[in-house]
Amino acid sequence: MKRGCTAAFLALACTVALAWAQERSLPLDQLKSGSAFLGQDLRTLQADEFANPGMLWVERGEKLWSEPAGKANRSCAGCHRDGSMRGVAARYPKIDAASGKLLNLEGRINLCRTARMGAEALRYESEDLLALTAFVARQSRGEPLSAAIDGPARVRFEAGRIFYHQRRGQLNLSCAHCHDANWGKRLLAETITQGHPNGWPAYRLEWQTLGSLERRLRACLSGIRAEMLPYGAPEYLDLELFLAWRAQGLAVETPGVRR
Amino acid sequence: MAARIQIPKQAKRGEVIEVRIVIQHDMETGYRHDDVGHLIKRNVINAFSCRYNGIEVFRADLSSGISANPYLQFYTVAEASGEFEFYWIDDEGRQGLERQSIVVTA
Amino acid sequence: MRRRDFLAGAAGLVALPALPQAARAQVTPLDPHLWAITKGVPVSKGRVRLELPQLADNGNSVAMKVSVDSPMTANDHVKGIHLFSDRNPVTHMASFHLGPRAGKAEVSSRVRLAGSQRVTAVAQFSDGSFWSDTAEVVVTLSACLDES
Repeated sequence: MKRGCTAAFLALACTVALAWAQERSLPLDQLKSGSAFLGQDLRTLQADEFANPGMLWVERGEKLWSEPAGKANRSCAGCHRDGSMRGVAARYPKIDAASGKLLNLEGRINLCRTARMGAEALRYESEDLLALTAFVARQSRGEPLSAAIDGPARVRFEAGRIFYHQRRGQLNLSCAHCHDANWGKRLLAETITQGHPNGWPAYRLEWQTLGSLERRLRACLSGIRAEMLPYGAPEYLDLELFLAWRAQGLAVETPGVRR
Repeated sequence: MAARIQIPKQAKRGEVIEVRIVIQHDMETGYRHDDVGHLIKRNVINAFSCRYNGIEVFRADLSSGISANPYLQFYTVAEASGEFEFYWIDDEGRQGLERQSIVVTA
Repeated sequence: MRRRDFLAGAAGLVALPALPQAARAQVTPLDPHLWAITKGVPVSKGRVRLELPQLADNGNSVAMKVSVDSPMTANDHVKGIHLFSDRNPVTHMASFHLGPRAGKAEVSSRVRLAGSQRVTAVAQFSDGSFWSDTAEVVVTLSACLDES
C-alpha cells in the first residue's frame, strides 16, 4: 500500500512536471525579443526616439487621443487622465469584465469608441487605429508583458496554445516548428526569431509602414502558405493571448522596428 | 503630410547645430503593383529645402532610392534667433511646410 | 512582397556571385548620370567618407551617412554631395546641396538598395574639384513570402 502510494505520488509528480515542462517549451530565461535578432543598424533605429519611423504614428495617436469623436462628443483624454495608460498594454490581450470578451488593445480601443463615445469602430490597419494603438502601447515601453491567463481567459489561452502547435498550410508547419524548435537558426539569410509580440505595432521594413501584430501573424500564415484569417478573428486573439503569456516578462518595445 | 523635426531650441552664435527631420511619405517607387496587378504610379518627394531666416542652408533632390518616410540629418551654423522653414514637394505636387524657431545667444 | 518580385530577387541573389566582377555595372566617370554633374572633370578618391552597414537586414531602409573633409568656409567648402547606386533601377539616388552656412559637410539619410551592391558618394567642392568614396553593401532577402 505504502509502495503503491509512493508510486502513485511519483507518477503524479512526473505528470505534473511533464505538463509544466510542456507548458513552457521556451524557458523564461531564454526569452529574446525580436530586436535581439536585428542588425546594429535597425536596433539603433528602434532605440532612436526621433528617427524611429513608428513615432510618426505615435504622434498622430497622441493628437487623436484628445480629439472628441462620436455622438457623445468625447475624447479618450476626457475619461483617461494623463499617464493612466502606463503599463496597460503590457496586460493585453485581456478579458473585458463587462462583456466577457477577449480583447486586444485594438479591440479595447474600438469598444471604447462604440460603447462609450458613440463613434464607429476604426478599421483594422487603418492609420487611426494603428496610431492610437501605438500611442497607448508606447506608454508601456519597458514594462514586462504580464497577460493574465486564469479564470475566463484560460479557455482562450488553451485554444491559442493549440493553434500555435497546430500544423497548417501547404508547408505543413506549426508556429512552434520555427519559433520554438529552430529559433536562432537561419532561413536563407534571415535568422529565425522567437516570434514575440512585445514590439507591436511595429514599423516593418518589408511593409515600409507600421503594422499590427495581427498583420504580422497574417504574414507568417502566408509564409507557410496557410489561409489568412480575417482581421479580428477569434483565433488570432487566442494566439495573441498565448504569445503574450509565452513572452511573459519581456519588455514592451512599441513602436518596434522589425525586418 | 506629417513630419517630425528636431533642432535645438537654443544655441550659441557660431555653434554648428544638428537638424533632423522625418516626413511621413510612402516614397512610392513606381515599380510596385497593387492587389490587382496594376502598376502603382511613382510618387516621391523629389525636392526638399531648409531655409534659416529666409536663406537656404540645405537642399536635396530625392528619388525612389530614398526610403519611405524619408529621414534627413544635416547641419547648419547658428547665426541669429529666428525661424527654420522646411519645405518639400512630391511628384503629385503635394507640398509640405513646417516651421520651427530657434533662440541664438551671444 | 509579391511572389514575382521575390523570385526575381532570389534569382538575383543566386546569379550575382556567378557573374565575373567586370560584368557588374559600376558607376564610372563616364556614367551619364555622373557626367551630368562633373561635366567630365575627373573624380579623385578621398576626402569623402561614405558609411553604410556592410550587411543590411532589408534593402528598403539602410542607414547612410556621408561626411566630407572640408573647412566649410566661404572660400573652401562643399557645394554638393551626390549619391549613386550601381544596381538600383534609378542610378542617381540623391543630391544634397550645401554651402558654408552648413558648418559641417555631413548628411545622413536612409536609402533603398535593390540588392547587394556598391554605392558611390561624390562631393563637389567650391574649387571645382570632385572627390568620392564607395561602400559595398550586402543586402539580405526575406526568407518568407508575405502577402499580408
